[in-house]
Amino acid sequence: MADTVRDPPPDGTDFHELEDGEELFPEPAAAPEESQPASLPAEDISTNSNGPKQDLLFDDDPEDLFAEATEEVSLDSPERDVLLSDGPSPAITPITPPTSVITPRIGHAHDDMFTHSSFDEIEEEEGGDSFDIHISVSDPEKVGDGMNAYMAYKVTTKTSMSLFKQKDFSVKRRFSDFLGLHSKLASKYLHIGYIVPPAPEKSIVGMTKVKVGKEDQSSNEFVEKRRSALERYLMRTVKHPILLKDPDVLQFLESSELPRAVSTQALSSAGLLRMVNKAADAVNKMTIKMNESDAWFEEKQQHFENLDVQLRKLHASVESLVCHRKELSVNTAQFAKSAAMLGNSEDHTALSRALSQLAEVEEKIDQLHQDQANGDFYLFSELLGDYVRLLTAVKGVFEHRMKTWQKWQDSQMLLQKKREAEAKLQFTNKPDKLQQAKDEIKELEGKVQQGERDFEQISKTIRKEVSRFEKERVKDFKTIIVKYLESLVLTQQQLIKYWEAFLPEAKAIS
Amino acid sequence: SDPRAVNVDLQTDATLQVDISDALSERDKVKFTVHTKSTLPNFKQNEFSVVRQHEEFIWLHDSFVENEEYAGYIIPPAPPRPDFDASREKLQKLGEGEGSMTKEEFTKMKQELEAEYLAIFKKTVAMHEVFLCRVAAHPVLRKDLNFHVFLEYNQDLSVRGKNKKEKLEDFFKNVVKSADGVLVAGVKDVDDFFEHEKTFLLEYHNRVKDASAKSDRMIRSHKNAADDINRIASSLYTLGTQDSTDLCKFFLKVSELFEKTRKIEARVAADEDLKLADLLKYYLRESQAAKDLLYRRSRALVDYENANKALDKARAKNRDVLQAETSQQLCCHKFEKISESAKQELIDFKTRRVAAFRKNLVELAELELKHAKGNLQLLQSCLGVLKGNT
Repeated sequence: MADTVRDPPPDGTDFHELEDGEELFPEPAAAPEESQPASLPAEDISTNSNGPKQDLLFDDDPEDLFAEATEEVSLDSPERDVLLSDGPSPAITPITPPTSVITPRIGHAHDDMFTHSSFDEIEEEEGGDSFDIHISVSDPEKVGDGMNAYMAYKVTTKTSMSLFKQKDFSVKRRFSDFLGLHSKLASKYLHIGYIVPPAPEKSIVGMTKVKVGKEDQSSNEFVEKRRSALERYLMRTVKHPILLKDPDVLQFLESSELPRAVSTQALSSAGLLRMVNKAADAVNKMTIKMNESDAWFEEKQQHFENLDVQLRKLHASVESLVCHRKELSVNTAQFAKSAAMLGNSEDHTALSRALSQLAEVEEKIDQLHQDQANGDFYLFSELLGDYVRLLTAVKGVFEHRMKTWQKWQDSQMLLQKKREAEAKLQFTNKPDKLQQAKDEIKELEGKVQQGERDFEQISKTIRKEVSRFEKERVKDFKTIIVKYLESLVLTQQQLIKYWEAFLPEAKAIS
Repeated sequence: SDPRAVNVDLQTDATLQVDISDALSERDKVKFTVHTKSTLPNFKQNEFSVVRQHEEFIWLHDSFVENEEYAGYIIPPAPPRPDFDASREKLQKLGEGEGSMTKEEFTKMKQELEAEYLAIFKKTVAMHEVFLCRVAAHPVLRKDLNFHVFLEYNQDLSVRGKNKKEKLEDFFKNVVKSADGVLVAGVKDVDDFFEHEKTFLLEYHNRVKDASAKSDRMIRSHKNAADDINRIASSLYTLGTQDSTDLCKFFLKVSELFEKTRKIEARVAADEDLKLADLLKYYLRESQAAKDLLYRRSRALVDYENANKALDKARAKNRDVLQAETSQQLCCHKFEKISESAKQELIDFKTRRVAAFRKNLVELAELELKHAKGNLQLLQSCLGVLKGNT
């Protein structure tokens, strides 16, 4: 019911017109926690939410309301009188979300809606098959020539899940197919709170080299980098229990022909997220502080903010390491050649031989550095890059929640306005208009209910998604970093082998 | 000539022992305390110290080079000028950037730069010391008067740096020498030994130069990678303190690991620098000194051949024959004297070179092994903990 949305200021204070000097809250005691008007900070919930002050502001379209919004004001602050009588400034009251009785820090009192306060308690929903699916992306193949050429990748799925028609099958896909898949999933799921893994970035430079047919090391590296990224993207997507069941995903993995994804320029994951961010910026520009009744969301947002900053920093350092390791490999190779030349010109036989051995050792070591640089990159650096991109998606769903809240608030404001208008009409003799008003109100009441439901739903979904995301994050980091350390172990073991072989040669110089 | 015992070890002779017992780095100069222990009658005391600066070492070296008596010896190469500029610049940049980093990061970087400064300082002390030890070990040079003054005179030697005119003169001397060098190198020597040495040294010197440059680059990349690992360790530490999940312990453990492996990587770079890069740099200088010896011998040979021609001419004209004969004898004597000592010097050079390379390559391999094993042990023990916990 619409009336439960706003809190009972008792009696008829809702529709009470404001007169100069009049107190806004004739019955302050009505608000459970807010008996003293002046004592509460602005963030706390105001019970007499939409109250009387609405009059001042609701001449124009709802949109204008928000255009002028610059400041959050608690309904209880003493300054409010002054503000309001000055005219149409701000005072958009943050409205407390859900139900009934408002208590300031709702987090714990909310048990009726959210059955858990810690995300650890959320259970996995997938009944039926246990998760058993493995996807690999392989065999990049250039199709066509010149600027119309593209890379086709083989996508192989191996699974025992009943969701699929076969156990082991593959299809051919091109990069824009992956982007198309992502854009479909993003448009379906992002706005209701699901963290949709972003697709790999487009790269005009990288791809052009491949198209033009440069068969050199850098374009091979580019293809390998992309292949690996596409594989990780698909695995992340299917690990999501909801996305896995999505028909677009199934079609992507199974069907031999896929309709060409159109205008993927506009729909690259970066582009999509840019759109989300633009929307988020618009919300922020209004600087309506959503009265966050649930500390959990604020905490999480802050947490992800901090995580983002740190991951980017770490990512930059690892990228630098990759670069320097590659340099080290190149410089070691050059030194090896130089040492070989020195050995050639050395006229003491034993020393000459030892120098040649040194050259050989350094040559093997340069290959070792090259391999390690790849480990640095594919294991460590790409993990960090993936998570930096994932966090953008996470931030996106939080922004969508705010948008959803905002939409709900808008409906509520509009409803309020209509109700006031209706009340006025009651004193005129325009039965047609009155009926129209009543109809509109009915419609709006429905919208407000839907808005509240949407908001509850997205909040619930996000809690689950964040829990799942954090679990995955912990698993990913642990698994991959352990793998990375193991690669470092291998390098050291090889180094030991090489130097142990060289030592007797050095000692043999006489 | 009696076979001289080849003395590779520079410290065994008790009659004259020289070392740098202390050094002080001031803003724009380094003061070395040169400490001498000697049983030779030339000195007033048996043990004494003086303070010397880099310019005084150069003065001593140049006095050897300019001394005709020493034309037949490989003059120990002068130590390079102490160069703290790069290190000082880094310290200054660090000071400027202090505001943009956390206190821990700043302290860490400062410690590292200070360690780097100290390493450069130790190296320059070592290089000045090696020069003095080479002189003290040389049977002829150790008796040089300037050397004794250098060791004993406890006042400033007042050898100011060369002024512009002198520097220019040096420049032209070098140009003439290299032009001559090319000329002289072209003349085939009748003596197989020297012919071989000439060919060998020309090529060897160039290749050592190349190897020295490449080893420097390789080591610099190594240092850069170690710096990156340092930053990675810091970031992981911050992540560990911030995270609310299981990962916080994990990150802290990995951060600790990288802190330690980073130190080892830095040591690897430092040891490669000491055992490989410095070795190559030193033999770059020594091989140049050997080339200079060959050049002086070639000049003496040319002078000798010219004196012969002059004598023939004089005899033919029967004019100034005595003068020509004396001149020819002098040149002959000079040439033979240089040739004799040069041969021994070049043999000693080879022996020293082989021994130094052996020592350094063995030590290099041993250190690389030690560090790789250290790294391995750290990695494996950390992995054990991480896997055990998950």
